[in-house]
Amino acid sequence: MLERHQVDHVARLARLELSDVEADRMATELSKILDHIEAIRSLDLAGVQPTSHVVDLVNALRADAPHGSLTPEQALAAAPEPTAAGFGVPSPGQGAE
Amino acid sequence: MSSDLLQLSAAQAAAAIRAGEIDATELFAFYRARAAADQLNAFTWVAEAAATAAPAGAPLAGVPVAVKDLFCTEGVPSQSGSRILEGYRPPYTATVVRRLAAAGAPLLGKTNQDEFAMGSSNENSAYGPVLNPWDRTRVPGGSSGGSAAAVAAGLAPWALGTDTGGSIRQPAAFSGIVGLKPTYGACSRYGMIAFASSLDQAGPLTRDVTDAALLLRHMVGRDANDSTSLELPEEIRLPRRGELHGVRLGVPEELTGSAGGIDSGVRASFEAALAQAQALGASIETCTLPHAPHALSAYYIIAPAEASANLARFDGVRYGLRVAGDTDLDTMYSRTRAQGFGAEVKRRIMLGTYALSSGYYDAYYGTAQRVRTRISEDFRTAFSAVDFIVTPTAPTTAFELGAKSHDPLAMYLNDFCTVPMSLAGIPAISIPCGLSDGLPVGLQLAGPAFSENALLDVAYAIEQALGFDGRPALSAGGAA
Repeated sequence: MLERHQVDHVARLARLELSDVEADRMATELSKILDHIEAIRSLDLAGVQPTSHVVDLVNALRADAPHGSLTPEQALAAAPEPTAAGFGVPSPGQGAE
Repeated sequence: MSSDLLQLSAAQAAAAIRAGEIDATELFAFYRARAAADQLNAFTWVAEAAATAAPAGAPLAGVPVAVKDLFCTEGVPSQSGSRILEGYRPPYTATVVRRLAAAGAPLLGKTNQDEFAMGSSNENSAYGPVLNPWDRTRVPGGSSGGSAAAVAAGLAPWALGTDTGGSIRQPAAFSGIVGLKPTYGACSRYGMIAFASSLDQAGPLTRDVTDAALLLRHMVGRDANDSTSLELPEEIRLPRRGELHGVRLGVPEELTGSAGGIDSGVRASFEAALAQAQALGASIETCTLPHAPHALSAYYIIAPAEASANLARFDGVRYGLRVAGDTDLDTMYSRTRAQGFGAEVKRRIMLGTYALSSGYYDAYYGTAQRVRTRISEDFRTAFSAVDFIVTPTAPTTAFELGAKSHDPLAMYLNDFCTVPMSLAGIPAISIPCGLSDGLPVGLQLAGPAFSENALLDVAYAIEQALGFDGRPALSAGGAA
């Protein structure tokens, strides 16, 4: 069961502003999903290696050679606040950690 | 002439163009007109004309392709079904889309989808739900619902989708067409707006198995821009097998028993298809995938965990929506994401963030990764006794719009039969195998990694024997 204060904490970590109604609904819905998922915690998985990826990758490196990429104009074309120096953002202000 | 064009499969259309019987420009205009008159909300954008003519001698000869919205296409809206990317036009094109254009398949349009590919009904799109051409009160499946509906209704000759836990196979099943999820790594993910990177894979949605093979052939291969992409051991060839002598088909108890909630009409159609396969010479054997019932739980930890990291990039800084007003940076992030994301995406971000948070990481994510290992081992063991695994693609046929949209868990259970293959990274195809109460049923076949050619051969043999008729959706159409 997920408590409301846990939902508020996770929403803060995820940078997601939730209304009171949304946060309450989220607590109920996520609890129901987690109840279903919990079953796997009863499996005996001692000694089993975790799989992060099905493809065995070993040092997939490319040659360190210069090549073309986006121009600054292209990179900034879709930005909400393009500036001469890059991407404009509001002041970090009091919300900064 | 027009109705004749509609009857041609994509492979037949390509052959007719090469033979000089039809003209590529005429074919494009024909499908452009149908896509523009779409009544199913399958398209989010339709091209005015082919961006480039097919190169002389190009194998796909100018047969246009519809592309799921989440593939980046230069200068063309690529919104992944989300409000947070409304109007976004990327500065580059996804590798598979570029490869198909070079092989002679120009972009016809972008297709609707569940937001960031999270969903099994296409009801999670910020651009509205897609209607199933077999019955417009029902969903086409998801998340590649627009691509599936467009192909089934003949609004596009063929289409691209992506599959993370069933998002190609399930809509293909609901819409009465063929959908193939290749081996993980077969297709480059470069330019696909990411959902869960260790699971996402591009694949074809087509009218028949031959078209699926033909489209896939020109999508696959190593790409320097995706370090997880691979060169296949052999070229994808067109299927040709007519019998199934010596082929062992395994029916896993865990995915076909009572646990999956398989509807009786779906079961009847599935069993009839197995009888056909047997008549072609295949042996039908029971097999076991002991951890498959836990695949859904592992999936709904791993996929949201990866999604919560992938979707961190949508923060109102570099592209897409920004909700600012007179606020500081942190509040801008939180409000932009609150207004830009839909309910299901928020749910999965929350689930993933929780599963990865301090104190819970090993209990959830670590456990899910170990279950994933077990599932891969289960398949390896099963494939030592059988050649392919067969299941219904989805437990039910297409459900009514709104039927499951208020119960996330009921929606997730749609993926019961498709998620295990995604976690194991193995190829799986859904082909239509009959109707239940007038709605299509999908048969899923899965094989070991890199078995695409053999898988396509078996699917083709069964397809020929079943003779499924997709014309009701084609003629009911989605075009005015």
